[in-house]
Formats: sequence, structure tokens, C-alpha cells
Amino acid sequence: MTKALIVTVKNWWKAQPEPPKISHVHLTVGKFTCVEPVSLQFAFEVQICDTFLDGAELVIQETPLIAFCHHCEQEYQPEIGIQYACPTCHSPMEDIRSGRELKIDRIEYS
Amino acid sequence: MHQTFDAALGINLLHANQAGADHNRAHFDEWGIACFNVMSSPGAGKTAILERTLAVLTAEYKIAVIEGDMTTELDADRLRKYNVPVIAINTGRSCHLDSKMVAGGIHTLAHEYNPSEIDLVLVENVGNLVCPAEFEVGEHLKIALLSITEGEDKPLKYPVMFQEADCLLITKIDLAPYLDVDVDRIVTNVRQMNPHVTIIVVSAKTGEGLEAWFDWVRSQIHHLSKSPHQLSTVGEKAVALG
Repeated sequence: MTKALIVTVKNWWKAQPEPPKISHVHLTVGKFTCVEPVSLQFAFEVQICDTFLDGAELVIQETPLIAFCHHCEQEYQPEIGIQYACPTCHSPMEDIRSGRELKIDRIEYS
Repeated sequence: MHQTFDAALGINLLHANQAGADHNRAHFDEWGIACFNVMSSPGAGKTAILERTLAVLTAEYKIAVIEGDMTTELDADRLRKYNVPVIAINTGRSCHLDSKMVAGGIHTLAHEYNPSEIDLVLVENVGNLVCPAEFEVGEHLKIALLSITEGEDKPLKYPVMFQEADCLLITKIDLAPYLDVDVDRIVTNVRQMNPHVTIIVVSAKTGEGLEAWFDWVRSQIHHLSKSPHQLSTVGEKAVALG
């Protein structure tokens, strides 16, 4: 995952007219993804040593898992690992409104 | 003092992988190939199911396998006995296949065989219930396996894999008499997050349920050959959510 992130950032970095010095990479990571922010943070710090990202800080904003129940016409927060269906009517989790984000929001550079 | 800038990207963290997956899928579509990504934890029976599948369906279709394995070719060698092209990809220390590794496999396939003659490519992913769920490789459909020895709670604990699956094979059902496992509970747990997934209960050992699995494969190959782009909606769904 860290490698995939670095490759995506590198593609942006290479596309710039002058190679910028990146200071911060801001991510949005949903709770319903296979990314653990603490592990990503650690792996990022280790893997950027002596690369174009050396010294850059990874800032991760987490978003909760929110689903919309069409039967009850309301949002609810499934309990990851325990219960995903609507707590009121038990309809399956079909419409995920938040929690699947794996996004590079912005990059700060000089 | 340096001036600092801020670039709003708003791109998927896995953008590079996703672009590679779309490229692979475009190749499959061009050649008229259906591609399934077969995923599960280690030891759930991916290779055994593929053996049974090749034994029967090679009489009807031209099938190739892209085999992901961390360090060995043990699984690939088992499948080569069925006289199908098997491209082995050693992922090294990586716990999943990514679209670039599979692109290498497709490249080999295109050079050593005639890809236009192939109907189905089965990608056997590295045994892992976490990362493979996030890394598309260019498949049209995702197949997840869960063996009954793993327990009913696994879909709840590894939800992304089961939420993304188009077909779930509940494997090793022949062991049910020896276990305190509630198969209905597995089904309920999966349906909580993926109500439309096709669920087939099978045993590679006894053959139970395999005919239903083969029928599903046949119907998907038929469906894909008619409208390859329609099946790409699986991938679009994931992107839209990101």
C-alpha cells in the first residue's frame, strides 16, 4: 500500500515542470478500507529515506464508515467487525456513503 | 525563506495501480477474455478449486492461469498438469498481486500464446484476506473463497474482501460433520454487507456443489463475451466509492 502511495505521488512529482521539494502529503483514509493509518505512517517514514520524499510528513485524516439505509431513509454507522446491516430494520449494507476513501487530498511543497 | 505551495490532488491513493488494472482489462476486452481474480486466505482451497475447474472446463474453454505465489512455483506446477498455460508470478515479499505484476503475466501470455484464442484467465492471488481486496489487477469479476474451518466470523472481520466479491465459494463443506460450524451464519454475515453476491457451497474433495460453480463460470463467460464493458461496472463501483 505504501509503495502504491509513493508511486502515485512520484507520478505527480515527475509531471511537475521543476521537481518540487514535498513537505506534506495529506491523505483521507476511510475506516472501511484495508489501510491501517499507524502502519502506513510507519512504513512511509521508513520507505521515503533517501528518496524524492525524504523528510516529507504524511498527514492522515480518517473518515468513519457511514451507510445509508434506503428502507429507513436514514444514515447509520455500521459497527465494523460486528454488525453491518441497518440496526433498525436489518437491511443489508448496500449504499456506503463514507468510509471507502483512499485519497491523496493535497500535497504541500516548496 | 522558501515559499510553500499547496496542490489539491484529490486522486485515489491507488491511482497508479488502478490505471494499470484498467489497462490490463482493456487488453482482456480486446482479446475477448474473461478474467476472474480468485482470492482467499492461505489454505482455503484456491488451487484445489482451480484444479477441479480446469479438469472439467478445459473441455469447453481455452483457459490460462496467472498464478501469484510469494516464493515458490508449487501451485503453478499443480495446475500445469492440466495442460493449460500457467504464468507464475513470484510476488517476493509482497502479500498481494498488483496490476503491474499481472501486466507482466499478460505480456508473457501474449508472447508465448495466442491471446485471442483464450476465453478465460484465472488469476490466483496470494493467500491473504486483506490487501488483495484493494488491489485490482484488471479482473472483470472477483471470486472469494472461505473454507468452513476458518469460522463464521471471518466475513465480519475482513469485510472489504467479502463486500467486493461477485461470487463466494464456501469450501471444504465435506468437513462440516466434524466441525461446529454454522454455514447459514456465514451466509448471513456475508449478505449483511453484500446482498447480491452469488454464494456456492462446495467441496473440491467430494465434488459437491462444483456443478453449480461451473454453471456460474459458464454463464459469466457467456455474459462477458456479449458485453465486456458492462462487467467493468464492478470496477467503477469501487472507484465511485473512493
